[in-house]
Amino acid sequence: MIKGKFIDNLPKVYGIYTGGFLVFIIIMAIAEQAGMSAKMIGIFFVAFTVLIYALIGWLSRTLQTDAYYVAGRQVPTVFNGMATAADWMSGASFVAMAGGIYFKGYGYMALLVGWTGGYVLVASLLAPYLRKFGCYTVPDFIGTRYGGNLARFSAVIVLTVASFTYVTAQINATGTIASVALDIPFNIAVYVGLLSILMCSMLGGMRAVTWTQVAQYIVLIIAYLLPVFWISNNIGAGFFPHFMLADEVARIAELEGQFGFVKNSAADLATVPKGLAGITKPHSSVNATPWAFISLAVCMMAGTASLPHVMMRYFTTPSVRTARRSVGWSLFFIFLLYSSAPMLATLSKISLMDPTLATGIIGKSVADVQALDWYQNWNQANLMFVSDFNGNGTLELNEFFMKGSAVVLATPEIAGLPYVISGLVAAGGMAAAMSTADGLVLAISNALSHDVYYKIINPKAETAKRLIVARVLLVLIGFAGATIAALEIQGILGSVIWAFDFAMSGLFFPLVLGVWWKRANAPGAVAGMLLGLISGTAYLVWVRNGGSGFLGITQLTFGIVGASVSLVSMIVVSLITAAPDAATQKMVDDVRIPSGKTILGKQH
Amino acid sequence: MSKQEQHWEKTRNLLFITLAIWFVFSIGIFLFGAEMQESSIRPFGYPLTYWFTCQGSLAIFVILIFWFAGRQEKIDDEFGFTEREGEQ
Repeated sequence: MIKGKFIDNLPKVYGIYTGGFLVFIIIMAIAEQAGMSAKMIGIFFVAFTVLIYALIGWLSRTLQTDAYYVAGRQVPTVFNGMATAADWMSGASFVAMAGGIYFKGYGYMALLVGWTGGYVLVASLLAPYLRKFGCYTVPDFIGTRYGGNLARFSAVIVLTVASFTYVTAQINATGTIASVALDIPFNIAVYVGLLSILMCSMLGGMRAVTWTQVAQYIVLIIAYLLPVFWISNNIGAGFFPHFMLADEVARIAELEGQFGFVKNSAADLATVPKGLAGITKPHSSVNATPWAFISLAVCMMAGTASLPHVMMRYFTTPSVRTARRSVGWSLFFIFLLYSSAPMLATLSKISLMDPTLATGIIGKSVADVQALDWYQNWNQANLMFVSDFNGNGTLELNEFFMKGSAVVLATPEIAGLPYVISGLVAAGGMAAAMSTADGLVLAISNALSHDVYYKIINPKAETAKRLIVARVLLVLIGFAGATIAALEIQGILGSVIWAFDFAMSGLFFPLVLGVWWKRANAPGAVAGMLLGLISGTAYLVWVRNGGSGFLGITQLTFGIVGASVSLVSMIVVSLITAAPDAATQKMVDDVRIPSGKTILGKQH
Repeated sequence: MSKQEQHWEKTRNLLFITLAIWFVFSIGIFLFGAEMQESSIRPFGYPLTYWFTCQGSLAIFVILIFWFAGRQEKIDDEFGFTEREGEQ
């Protein structure tokens, strides 16, 4: 069926794969009609998709460094866009974002703007230049541009702190989904998730991760869009929800006025299970100050442009030109999901709130709601809760609680869609969390194996030995991440936001100025990375421990402090120390034009 | 001015234009979120600020990156700095 090289047949291969996946969904739908239990459907969906990813991972195994580190630099533009979109859209985007918008409204939509606007910075400031550099990892660029092991090692530290914070959140998300879909305890599910992640990346490194990420993107986008369109059509809101939900948005505002936002007493709230939230913020009105909105958006944008697992995806394209275009495709594929998240939040909320819809529960009797099948399921999983605080027997807006991540997972069931859709959504969430975790674990282990082991500790290591070290580190980091994830220190969305702030604190200016400011030198970069990371972290610790903070900078936007310190210290230290030598200046000149040889060789 | 300096100057100007547009739609308009929300301009019927956060700004970023890539390719072509096939 497939002749010639794999790369030349990509549209065909993934076309067949997509068709096969759709057939699988239909088979599951038929099985559901024939009486297959909801639990079995969930298990089939998750197990089937994970096995496919593992198969792709095994087929992509490699023994070459350029295939392992940068997928042989032959990933075509559009496919790299899909892989980046999967790499980027994590469990947080898939599972938690619509829930965040649902509960917090406008204030959280800064994340939508920030997580897309950052790509403009990636395309214009960094990606094409780093591609021209020809590095394997982000610290590889820092180490070569500024020179010296100290700069390289500082970059590894920042990368590890940011990516590790992020990866625990992703392993947490795979654990959450695996525990719901496979019905196993969370602290075991975390390791099941980890095992699936390692199967995709261990044998083939970047090459395997690339081709599984494309497969995962296809699953996650189908799983996200299908319910949005289906629910919208089901409740008669319009066949294309993105352009047609204005009436529903207005209706929610009207219902909010009617029901009112009643503040619950502390004693009442104490009975609500930990981590669940009630609807307390208006859906569409501007409920955050300009600074609160903008500061969060700025942190997410600068963080996007400094997160190594995203940047390294653009090392895999065949040329500088394709790297640039590939950023556009990445954002296009991300846009498809992000523009749907607020629509999903709207549909989910109207389904629950509108008493004229069959699915509405607010304003209905508490006893009736407690008798609903889906309520009992999600309540048992500790993701939903109702209580008759005022004892009037009717469910009020302030008496309904749900976990943020349940909005995406539970909405199909609430809206009365067949269970096969819920199974599909679970598979999509799993794909989103796995693809990001893969990218992150690989970013960390590549930095440690290439930059620390090969470049600093043992520059004479043979290829085979380097790749063994890389794989051992991959497994170790995965296990460390899973162990910390099992402790559940911070929620999924919170840890993800922290990761962006860490990355922005330490890496944003050293990366950008490395290309755009010739005068930047090694002492400046080291000062920028370390002081930025330290000051950002110190601010976070201070605010976490009851510090009042300043300028309205919260624990979610501490990157502003870190990046400012980083910028100032980098400029000051660069200017009081000697300018970079002529060879370095020449190197920066060469990076700035697309033609000619890459700075680092094909295999290094 | 050498060919490379001219190329870099044009590249830098393109960067400034791109970042200016980016600034307007990621930061600038949200300084006036509350005011815009009351505006009578309602794309697809949505309140204006709400629409920008859901779709407007996001779509503009996608278009902006492709426009930027096209312009940068033109600049590279003009100075003969475009990569040749098979060059690594």
